[in-house]
Formats: sequence, structure tokens, C-alpha cells
Amino acid sequence: MLKKALIGAVALTALTAAQAQAQYSDNKIKIGVLTDLSGTYSDLAGKGAIVAAQMAVEDFGGKVNGVPVEIVSADHQNKADIASSIARKWYDAEQVDAIAELVTTAAAIAVREVSKEKGKIDLVSGAASTALTNAKCSTTGFHWTYDTAALANGTANAVVKNGGKSWYFLTADYAFGHDLQAQTERVVKANGGEIKGAVRHPFPNSDFSSFLLQAQASGAQIIGLANAGADTINAIKQAKEFGITQGGQSLAGMLVFITDVHSLGLETAQGMMMTTGYYWNRDDETRAWSKRWSAKMDGKMPSMVHAGTYSSVMHYLKALAAAKTDDGMKVAEQMRALPIKDASGFAINGKIRADGRMVHDMYLAQVKKPSESKGPWDYYNIVRTIPGDDAYQSLADSKCDLVKK
Amino acid sequence: MMTLFGIPAAALFGQLLLGLINGAFYAVLSLGLALIFGLLNIINFSHGAQYMMGAFVAWLGLTYLGANYWVALLLAPLVVAAFGIVLERTMLSRLYKLDHLYGLLLTFGLALIIEGVFRNLYGISGIPYAVPKELAGGWNLGFMYLPIYRAWVVIASLVLCIGTWLLIEKTKLGAYLRAATENPALVQAMGINVPIMITLTYGFGVALAAFAGVLAAPIYSVNPLMGSNLIIVVFAVVVIGGMGSIMGSIVTGFMLGLLEGLTKVIYPEAASTVIFMVMVVVLLIKPAGLFGKGA
Amino acid sequence: MTTNSVTTPSVGSTKPVSRQAIFVGILLALGLIAPFAVYPVFLMKGLCFALFAAAFNLLLGYVGLLSFGHAMFFGWSAYITAHAAKEWGLTPEIAVLLGTFVAAGMGAVVGWLAIRRQGIYFAMITLALAQLMYFVALQAPFTHGEDGIQGVPRGHLFGLIDLNETMNMYYFVFGIFVLALFFLYRVINSPFGQVLKAIRDNEPRAISLGYQVHRYKLIAFVISAGLSGMAGSVKSLVFQLASLTDVHWHASGEVVLMTLLGGVGTIFGPTAGAYLVVTIQNYFATLGSWVTIIQGVIFVVCVLAFRAGIIGVLRPFLKKRGIEA
Repeated sequence: MLKKALIGAVALTALTAAQAQAQYSDNKIKIGVLTDLSGTYSDLAGKGAIVAAQMAVEDFGGKVNGVPVEIVSADHQNKADIASSIARKWYDAEQVDAIAELVTTAAAIAVREVSKEKGKIDLVSGAASTALTNAKCSTTGFHWTYDTAALANGTANAVVKNGGKSWYFLTADYAFGHDLQAQTERVVKANGGEIKGAVRHPFPNSDFSSFLLQAQASGAQIIGLANAGADTINAIKQAKEFGITQGGQSLAGMLVFITDVHSLGLETAQGMMMTTGYYWNRDDETRAWSKRWSAKMDGKMPSMVHAGTYSSVMHYLKALAAAKTDDGMKVAEQMRALPIKDASGFAINGKIRADGRMVHDMYLAQVKKPSESKGPWDYYNIVRTIPGDDAYQSLADSKCDLVKK
Repeated sequence: MMTLFGIPAAALFGQLLLGLINGAFYAVLSLGLALIFGLLNIINFSHGAQYMMGAFVAWLGLTYLGANYWVALLLAPLVVAAFGIVLERTMLSRLYKLDHLYGLLLTFGLALIIEGVFRNLYGISGIPYAVPKELAGGWNLGFMYLPIYRAWVVIASLVLCIGTWLLIEKTKLGAYLRAATENPALVQAMGINVPIMITLTYGFGVALAAFAGVLAAPIYSVNPLMGSNLIIVVFAVVVIGGMGSIMGSIVTGFMLGLLEGLTKVIYPEAASTVIFMVMVVVLLIKPAGLFGKGA
Repeated sequence: MTTNSVTTPSVGSTKPVSRQAIFVGILLALGLIAPFAVYPVFLMKGLCFALFAAAFNLLLGYVGLLSFGHAMFFGWSAYITAHAAKEWGLTPEIAVLLGTFVAAGMGAVVGWLAIRRQGIYFAMITLALAQLMYFVALQAPFTHGEDGIQGVPRGHLFGLIDLNETMNMYYFVFGIFVLALFFLYRVINSPFGQVLKAIRDNEPRAISLGYQVHRYKLIAFVISAGLSGMAGSVKSLVFQLASLTDVHWHASGEVVLMTLLGGVGTIFGPTAGAYLVVTIQNYFATLGSWVTIIQGVIFVVCVLAFRAGIIGVLRPFLKKRGIEA
């Protein structure tokens, strides 16, 4: 509804008010989707995120106040330096106005530095670290889909309350893994649990056997996986190979995407608890949007990163239209002011805080048994909805210097 | 829990066993490198890429031809060896008269191409390859749960290494090979076709790498980058062992794997660097390597 | 590596020197006006790699030693400079000098170990030591592992000139590049450089003439490592980032490629090779692994059919006109 109203409003603006009122540099809006197109995270983000961004542009009508919108994309290979130099080139030489998606915390922080320096908008969806809304926060930077605090508050809470008191971590050795481990430890301790230790593994990694043996020797009830994507999948599979799950220890994937469940298969993944920002099969709205996305992606279903990319790009376009300029500061102001609502059914009760965090409802989900699943990609039971304010770090704890205290 | 030197015995034996498995790969790969170096005097930088190709051929065979693991174990080395022989005939053979470093540079370039092509086609997140049914499951050894497949890797590598050693030390063909390594001109004069021998040796070395690749596929999953990081460790293994003897490279490979496993228990932070540190020490004490002849 | 296809440059007579001066003058002028026509960050990246390749070329082209581990100097000094500028707040020129000295120090240790062996062994040992240093970089806390050191301040040169201005930064980088290249040129054409070439062409003879070959090799190695480090230091300021990519063995391979493509043992070859490779990277950046494939193909073609490199091929032509390239 709102979308139609907005498009109507845009059309009206274009007709009545003089077009000269809107100031868009070089008469073009360019949104760059910078993501992992070939690596560990290419399934949960990757091409699907580009498709989602394009859908947002099409749904918006392809133009903002008569100025055409274009999507460009590139592969940052999960490397901070590649991400940084592409972002610099896009902003400096190719008139890109905003960069979206940005999976891998290291790459997202690198782009955040450049965006901040140039006063351009970044819309982080795939990266998880809370650093993006704390030490690295910026007026023009937004963190959209989920973060490590939300994951820990959701999953770790549920696991400890089910009796998983002692933990040992397998942690991906970079900012994201460290942050996810720290957030989880905080929640485990707050609930009276105990940390037996942790081992850091290289990113990406294919052989977890020696790390799993260390985890086994620790005697912890829960082996917390503070990693993501293919790393999580490999760790879970190899834990099965080494008889760790048969030995009475259980694994807790702190960040599990629906694409990971898909490649593990329900037989292996059943019963696992996880926190997610989106599930395609939650209601009619999510199903309708996901099926449109699915039609462009060979029948796969979107991860929360895909839906989040759509939602963030859509909101950015609305803010551009309202601000009548592509000046990063003014657009950021509009983004914080406008209500968040889009066709994907992503941002339920969404709002953007001073630190750039888009707070919205999260879901605690459990993977279905094979017998419960009614069809392909029907994987989750939503156990409960976690209201945004409970899921995310509270502003009072924020280390972001934009938050007035 | 039983302890040895203050370390839980379970963790110690477990890591040593895993070290032995890694050592098996080091041994097979450094054996191939040593064979090629012996006759061709080049360091085959594409050895890692050819190891990766072995894993990919196994996966492609399974996916498109339905060839199971056992077929792949035979077929992949042959396919990759044929590929290697083509490379040797069309490119490497042009460089024998030049400085041997050009061989290193050429095979480095080839490694980049092979790796890049597979990355382009299959990404780098890795493709799972199931453990064959016959070797699935594991034994509970008390101190650890040993997947049968990993035990098989050690046994298969040992058999292969010893077989190769016997072939070279005890057969007539091996005698020609050793003679050609010492003095190619003389062997040629005795009516033995040295160029063909060189080609076949290269093919055999490459086949060893591909065989290791097939062995690795169910453990590490099939990944375009699986060889490129391993090969540098293997280079260090070769420097430590010296390229003098076949047995030397086998023994060094297994020993260093064990050492790496031990380090994972005692001081995990150094596990990825310990082999390089050993290399530094060996260079200081015996620059030609533990089994090397002369400098 | 023997560079039998490449003639040793001789010091020219008086008249051709003026031609040489004109040639160098044109190149300098091009370098000065280039940032007005081309994206300056791209130019600066090229200059950093050109310096890296020129430093590497001192070893490969003039001593005949193929190091496959030069990324350790390039990448580690990037970390040192980034850390010094960000955490200690040093001015850029001091931070760069610090990075350079650390790289030279590492070069002394690595060189001392590696020159015990020659040829292929030398290449493998440098590669393995570089991998050792890569793992140290991966685990040392101050490098921040996969994240790298981000948001490195460019600072004010001598506390005065603001390097956040792209043009100021460009001329800073260009100045360093010109000075370093001039220094290398003087080294190569000094008596010391003549001894290096004698070692390259016939080591036993150099020994029998009474030269302490190891000492010469080691000094050359230290100079090469130090200047490679300087290149890495500058790069970390240009991109305001020091990361694992620069310590990875791919970077060692890239510098070999640049030198080989431009012309081993030539003065301007590494620069030409570096710009060509950086252009390819720039052009194909969005295609990821295609860069690797193209680099591999260039390697193979260079080794099989183009061993003299670009400048090596042009050299006879330039030489006729009194220009030493």
C-alpha cells in the first residue's frame, strides 16, 4: 500500500514540481552490491543479494524522481583490502552513491571506513559484528539484517535454558568470530553457564578434526560454533564423523543460515536451534516475496541476508525520493525519519537508531525433523518471536559516539 | 583421565594420529616432487594444483559418470598423469636447456591457471565428497574415535610409498631411472630412451599427487585452493629432507606430520609454523637437508 | 637466474647521456602530470608495485637470485607502518622509514639463511620463510588477522602537508618512487653493482678473484628487502590499510610476474610490468578469479616465448638512440 502511495507521490512530484528541485549528482543513482560471489559466503549472500537489490529497484519503478537507478556489483572475495579498494574506486571514479550487502565483517568495516570518509551511504546486511554500530558506527552507515548480539541473545539463551551449561567454542579467527564468541559468552555467563575454553580456527577452513578433538577433550556439554557458512557446515559434518555428537556433546551453531541447513540436510540438522531475522515460510507476505525471488534463483529460497538486502535498498530508495538529493547526510536523515515497510515482510516493527542499527523483530527457530517437513525448503518451526528491543544491544550499552548520553 | 607429561593422553594420541594422516599427504606429495626433481631438475610448482585436480576428477567422475571412489582412485591418477604428460611434452620440455628456475616459473604459472579455472567453475567454498560406504563409520579406540576412512588414508599412503620405493630400488626400470638421474648422457648412449623416461617420470610424479588428491577428497572436501597452501608446506618438507633419497622424503613427510600433531597438543599457536622453524634449524646445521647429498 | 638473453648495460659516453636525460625527463614530466588525467589512487598503487618490482629486480636481474618470498618484506613493513601511524601516531615519513628499516632487518636474517643455498633451493627457502612470516602475521594480535589494520591515518608530512589531499599524497608517493629508483640505479652502476653482475654471470670466477661473494649477496638482499618494505609501507598509507593479502605468497608471485613481464635486469622494466599487471587487476577486479588465470597465462607466455620482457625487447631499439632502459 505504502509503496504504491509512494510511487504515486513520486510520479506526482515529477509532474508538478519542477524536476530541478531534485538534486542528484550526474543524474543517475548507482547502488553497488559488494558481496562474496565465489567463496564461503556466496550461497547465503552472493548472487542472490544482487537479485534482491535488483528486485527492489524494479519494485520501486526503476527511477527516483525521474532519475534512473542502476545496480552494479563486484566480488570482494571476503578480503578487506579488495573491498576497500573497490569501494574507493566506486565512490571516486564511478559515481556510486551507496554500497549494499557487504557480507564478512572485515570487508564491511573496510568499506565503512571509506564510506565514512566520503560521506556515502552503506547498507550492511550480511556482516554480523556489533562493531559496525559501536566503535565503527557512522551517520551514513546502517546495519540492517542481524548482528552477533541478536544471535547470542536468541540462541545462547535458549540453549542454556535447555540445560547446556558448559561451553567450548570453535571460533573463526577474525573480527566476526571473536565478536560472536564474546557476545555468546556474555549471555552464557549471565544465565549461570560456564566457559570451558575456545580454539580459533583459520578462515576459511576445511579440516576441523584437530579443533574438534580439543573441544572433545574439554568435556564441555556444548560446542559453540562461532563461525558461519561453509565453516559451520564442515564443522558439523566432521563432528559427526568423529563421533562427537554420539559421545553426548552437542553443537550449537551460533550463526546458521537456511542455506546451511539446506546443504546439511534435515537428517543432520534436525533439532538445531538458531536465531534468524527472516524466514520465508513465516506468513503470506514473506511467502509471496520469497517465491518471486525464488523464481529468479532456480527455486532456492532466500536467506535473511537476501531479504535484508532487498529491504535496505528499498528503504534507501524511499529516502532518496524524500530527500530529493543523493547527498549522503541528507539521505541518512530521511532514512532515520521514514517508517520502514516493504514487500518482503522483512522489517517487522523496524526502526533505525542513532547508532545506525535497524532494530526489528527476530525469530528463534528450530530445524524440523525430516518427517515434519512438508516440502523443499520447509525447514523451520518458529519457536518464538523476539521483539527487536530484546534482541539487540541496548543503546545504553552502545560505544557509538553518535549516541547522546 | 590418564595424562602423559601433564597432557591428557586422549588428546595427545588423537592429535598424533591426525598428524600421521597429514604426514601421509606430505610423504606422498614430497615423494612425487623428489622423483620429478631427480630426473628433470625442476621443482614442480603445479604439484599442488595437480593434487587438487585429482580430487576434482574423482568428484566429476562421481557426479557425471557415476564412477565410485574405488574407480576414481585408479582413474584420477591416470587422467591427471595424461594431462601432466601433455604439459611436459608441449611446454616443460622446451626449457630443459635453460636455467632450471624457468621450470619453476612455468609450473607456477600453470598452477595459477589451473587453480583459476577451477575457482571460476566451482567457487572456493568446497564441494563435499562422501566417504565410500565400505570405509564409513569408525572405531572407538578408547582414547579417541577413529574414523575408518582416516586409517585407510595412512595405510594406502604407506603402501604407495613403499611400493614406489621398491619399484625404484629393486627393479630394472628403477635402476635405469637411478642411472639416468646420475648421468643421463651415459644412459642415453646405452640405448635407453631418456626423453621418454623423463616424460613417464613426470607423469608418474603427477599421478602420485592426483592419488593423494583422491584420498583427500572425502576429508577436506573438494576445493580449488586445497593444493596451493599445502604445497608450500611440502616444499619445506623437501628442503628439510633434502632431495637425495626416495626413502628420505617418505620418512621426513611422516615425521613432520607427527611433529605437527604433537605441536597441536603442546603449543597449538605454533602448529602452522613448526615445520618452517624446523627448516630454519636444518638449514643452519645441515644445509643440504637431512638426507641430502652435498650442498 | 642467468639473463643470457639480456646484455649488460654499459655506462654511456657523454653524448648519449643527454638523450638519456631527455628520456628520463619525459618520463618524469609524465609522472608529474599523470594524476590530472588518470585516477590517482590507481597511479599510486602502480607506483608502489613498481618500486616493489624494481627492488625485487635488483636480486633477480643483477645477482641472479630468484626470491619467492618477497611478500614478507612488502607485507610486514605495511603492518609496521600502519601500526606506527595508527597506534603510535607517528608522522608518515617516520612511519615509512620505520617500515623500511624493519624490512631491511628481516632481509638481513632471511638473506643470511637463504644464501646458504642457490637456485631452486633458494627460491623454495625464501618461499617457506615467507609462509612462516605469513602465519606469524595471521596470529600476531597487532596485525588483527583477517581484518588487517584498517583506517590507517595518512597524517601530515613533516607535520605540515596534509596527505589526505589526494594530490599531496600522490606527489609524496611519486617523490619516494623517484628517489628510490635513482638510488637503485646508482647501486647497479656502482663498483658494487659490477661485482654483483660478475657473481651473477660466473660465481666461481668471482670467488676465485677474491670477492666475498656471500657478503655481496647479503648486502644486495638487504637493499632489496628494505626497498620492498618501503613500497609496502607507502601502500599501507595510500590504501589506509595493511592486510594479509600483501604477505600472502600470491604477492610474491605477482612481483616475479611484474619483473618478468617488464624485463628482468632492466631499469624501467619492473615499472612497465607493474603498471601492466595493476591495470589487468583493475580491469578484471570484478571478475575475481579471472585475474589469476590471466596472470598464469602471462607467466607461461613469458617463460616460453618472451623471456626478455617488454623493456628487454625494446632495449636494442632504445640503445641505438643512446637510451639505457
